[in-house]
Amino acid sequence: MTRFRTLFYKELLRFWKVAFQTVAAPIMTSILYLLIFAHALDGRVAVYENVTYSAFLVPGLVMMSVLQNAFANSSSSLIQSKVTGNVVFMLLPPISYFEFFSAYVLAAVARGLIVGFGVFAVTVWFVELSVRAPLWLAAFALLGSAILGTLGLIAGIWADKFDQLAAFQNFIIMPLTFLSGVFYSIHTLPPFWQTLSHFNPFFYMIDGFRYGFFGASDVAPETSLVVVAACFAILSAITLAMLRTGYKLRH
Amino acid sequence: MAHGAPSHAMPSAIRIRDVYKSYGALQALGGVSLEIEQGEIFGLLGPNGAGKTTLISVVAGLARADSGSVEVMGADVVADYRNARSLLGVVPQELVFDPFFTVREALELQSGYFGIRNNSAWIDEIMHNLDLTAKADANMRALSGGMKRRVLVAQALVHKPPVIVLDEPTAGVDVELRQSLWKFVGSLNREGHTIVLTTHYLEEAEMLCGRIAMLKAGQVVALDSTKNLLETFSELHLKLRLDREVIPEGLLGGLMSHSEDLYTIKLADFSEIEGVLARLREAGIAIKEFELQPPDLEEVFLRIMSRTE
Repeated sequence: MTRFRTLFYKELLRFWKVAFQTVAAPIMTSILYLLIFAHALDGRVAVYENVTYSAFLVPGLVMMSVLQNAFANSSSSLIQSKVTGNVVFMLLPPISYFEFFSAYVLAAVARGLIVGFGVFAVTVWFVELSVRAPLWLAAFALLGSAILGTLGLIAGIWADKFDQLAAFQNFIIMPLTFLSGVFYSIHTLPPFWQTLSHFNPFFYMIDGFRYGFFGASDVAPETSLVVVAACFAILSAITLAMLRTGYKLRH
Repeated sequence: MAHGAPSHAMPSAIRIRDVYKSYGALQALGGVSLEIEQGEIFGLLGPNGAGKTTLISVVAGLARADSGSVEVMGADVVADYRNARSLLGVVPQELVFDPFFTVREALELQSGYFGIRNNSAWIDEIMHNLDLTAKADANMRALSGGMKRRVLVAQALVHKPPVIVLDEPTAGVDVELRQSLWKFVGSLNREGHTIVLTTHYLEEAEMLCGRIAMLKAGQVVALDSTKNLLETFSELHLKLRLDREVIPEGLLGGLMSHSEDLYTIKLADFSEIEGVLARLREAGIAIKEFELQPPDLEEVFLRIMSRTE
């Protein structure tokens, strides 16, 4: 337990020591998104009945922050340790691969939730919003950030240099996030893109999370939960297998 | 947890059996077997690329052998990796550090990774012994290279490992730190720790190590006590600068080299010095300079490496 706790604490301490970059900056970015899109689109786009565009946008922005920061935390921490070589400090001790996995993923969840909560705390000053189903909201926030923390771990293990990590982030994570319905309801899309969106697991995370606020969503929250939980299970199994075999970490 | 057959009442500190390791087409280790007993200071020598660091990586679990097995104090480094790693402290060759933390934080984190809580009394003692106390709260980035090296040593010791491996701990380190480091290593050894070290400074290995293995192209090409290696492979050389460029015929047999008035003569042992001096005196040749070179490990090393060309 001490091993896991120490590694978890180290991961928290790492991002907390640079909190301007890891917490404050993403909150600021999300507020800018909200101000600009709400100004441009409020009153013009009606998504759900009695829900303004700004109110619709907030849960999406919160979840996007949660996901992106969870991914950024585990991936950048690991690639930095690999590139600078200090990953040996974690490879020499008797830390099990499960402890390693849990510590990195939970720290990613923590950062995702902190940033997400920060975005929410600031945006409620601008937008009137109520939480209809807090348990659904919590479940999707937790699972979503855990999935992205796990993806970050995969990317961090796989990438040998920052350039490869940037490719993973910009060509996989970013499109999946932006095309998941953060800024729109997929019901407004042409049928082809609607169908395609259903193959994007990020769509279910954001749709389910949004259900927590409005009690309304594009697909049933139970369906989303099953998809998201299955994703997490598969990605965890892959990551644990990578860690167990020492893929790219123990040569 | 396997502790070997009952005959091994005291397991070897490190037992390496027939370890092979390749990186693609490059064979880094080609069947290395070694046994390092508890309480030894053991030297692992070899030119760059001989496989020293790869071997240490396999022992430490940083790399996985293609075949063969390694045990640390009887614990297999793969099957029983938790015990093996708890019993081992490794000072890596690269000067690595985590720029996010202070010296004390780095040592506390490292303790936690080994499952140890509330380790500050021992951390204070290590920092004191390595002259790090004044830098305890300095960020790792702010330390000089020598100081970072000391922190690496300290990090390897947080869990009081019975077996300590130092991979080139004195590379790029000034004389003062080298001496204090070896003094510290010596005191750890006297307290019962087994020490394994690699170094390019052969005089250090000669001074410190009871036994030495020499590696070349992934193979052990020599394995013996330092004393035996010196006796078997090294000779006594007498360097003389004479007052003229001529040497008595009776000394030509032992002549190794000569340039102008500088002659190097090979001796079987110290008792032959007297004969050399007598012959020079008979020939009326005066000595301007006189230097006796006892056997050294550098010569042993060079001879073993060229022998197996």
